[in-house]
Amino acid sequence: MTRVEVVAPGPLTTIQDLGRPGFAHIGVPRSGAADRPALILANRLVGNHAGAAALETTLTGPRLRFHDRALVALAGAPVRGAVMYDAFQVEAGEELRVGTAVRRLRTYIAFAGGLRVPLTLGSAATDTLTGLGPAPLRAGDVLELGFGGAKYMPEHVFGPSEPGTALRVVPGPRADWFTPAALTLLTSAEFTASHQASRVGVRLDGPALARAREGELRSEGLVPGAIQVPPDGRPILLLSDHPTTGGYPVIAVLHSDDIPLAAQLRPGTRVRFRAVP
Amino acid sequence: MNARARPVGDRAVLLELPDNAAVHVAARRARERYGEQLAEVVPGHATLLLVGRRGRPRVDLDGLEAEATAEATGAPVLLTVHYDGADLQTVAGQLGVSTNAVVSLHTGAVYTVAFMGFAPGFPYLVCERDSPLLGLPRRAGPRPAVPAGSVAVAAGYCGIYPRRLPGGWNLIGRTDAVLFDPAREPPALLAPGARVRFQAGEL
Repeated sequence: MTRVEVVAPGPLTTIQDLGRPGFAHIGVPRSGAADRPALILANRLVGNHAGAAALETTLTGPRLRFHDRALVALAGAPVRGAVMYDAFQVEAGEELRVGTAVRRLRTYIAFAGGLRVPLTLGSAATDTLTGLGPAPLRAGDVLELGFGGAKYMPEHVFGPSEPGTALRVVPGPRADWFTPAALTLLTSAEFTASHQASRVGVRLDGPALARAREGELRSEGLVPGAIQVPPDGRPILLLSDHPTTGGYPVIAVLHSDDIPLAAQLRPGTRVRFRAVP
Repeated sequence: MNARARPVGDRAVLLELPDNAAVHVAARRARERYGEQLAEVVPGHATLLLVGRRGRPRVDLDGLEAEATAEATGAPVLLTVHYDGADLQTVAGQLGVSTNAVVSLHTGAVYTVAFMGFAPGFPYLVCERDSPLLGLPRRAGPRPAVPAGSVAVAAGYCGIYPRRLPGGWNLIGRTDAVLFDPAREPPALLAPGARVRFQAGEL
C-alpha cells in the first residue's frame, strides 16, 4: 500500500472526483471538482480513469511526505516552481511541497492509482455545503493510494486555455425578474470576484442588478454556473457545492464550458460576461 | 400539459407547471421517458428542473394533464412526533389556541413533500388543505443550531431537520425517524411527491 502523509494541508485542500450526480431531488449537491477538466487532465497524466479521487487545493497547496514511491501530476492553477501538466515520480521519503498558485485558484494533484477513500453515495468528493464525504485534509492525515494508473500516458498535453475576454452566459431562467438595465449591466459592466468565495459560489462585486418586481420567488432547482441575485442586487455565481434548490431569481447561467474558468476565479480577479443564446 | 419551458444555461430546462401535483407526475414521466438523457430531475415549487447529461434536454410531456388528476397517490408515511418543541407555546400563543390544539392541527392533516433542499433529506412539506399552522412567519432571528429530527413550521411549509443545522422556523416537536442516511437505500426517507401524516408520541 502506497501511503502519503499530510505534513501541512494548506488553507483548504479537499478530496474530489466527479461528484455524486443524480441525488439533487433529495437535496444532495453534485459536488466534485470545481474545475472538472483540470481534475480529468491530472488523472489522465498519471494514467488514471478520468474520475479517480485526487486533491483539490485552494490558492496554496499542501506539503505531502511520501512513505512510498508514487507517480504524481498537477493540473489546474499553475504553481510557482512546480512541474505542471506532466507526470513526475516522487521517491519514498521525499516531500512534495505544492506552493501558491501564480494565477487562478485551484490546483489538482492526482496520484497514479488514485486516492483510496470510502465512497458516500458513489463518490469520494468532499461536499463543503452538506459535510458529505471525507473531511478536508488535516496535518497528520495519511492518504492511501490505490493500484493501477500509468497504463496510458498522453503524448501531448495542453494546459488550460486562458480565459477569453468574457465568460458566456445564457440569459434566464428568471431574467424577467430584472430591469432591462440590469441585463445590460450584466453583459457590459466589469465585475470583480469578491473574497466571499467558496466551493458553493462566489459573490461578484460590481453594479447592483435591480429587480423589476417585488416579492420573493418560490424555491426552484439550481445548476452550477447559475448567477442568482439576492435582494441586495449583488450576484452570486454558483459552483460545485451549490444548494440544490433556492429562491433567489437566476438572471443568467454560465455556458457549461466556461464553468471551469469561473471555478478558477481568484478573489480580486475582474470578469465580464457576454450573452449567448 | 401547458408547461412553459425556460432555458437554464446550455444543459438544463426549467418547466413551469400548474401545481406541485403536476410537478411530481411530470418528474416521474420525465424519468420514465427520458431517463437516459437526464442527469438530474429536480422538483421545485410548481417547477421541474431537468438537467441533461450532454445538451439541454428536449422533452415532450404532452398528455400528462389527465394523468395528473387520475393518478392515485400512495399511502402516507406515518411519522411519530414528540410535541415538545421550543416554540410550541409561542406558536399556540400566536394562533390563540392551546398547545393541544396545535398538536391536533398538525396531526389532523395530510402533507405532501413539495420538494427538497436546504440539506440532504430535508423535505418541504405542504398541507393538502390550508393550515393556519403552516402560515406562521419565520422566527425573527434564526437559531445557530436546531437539533436533529426537529419538526418545524413556517412560511407555508412544514420541515424536518435531518441533522443539527441552523434554522429560523418554529420548532413544534421532534421525531426519531432518520430522514437521511447515505448508507441506506434509498438514502432519503422521503422523496418529492411522498405523502406524510404525523402522530403524537410520548413525551
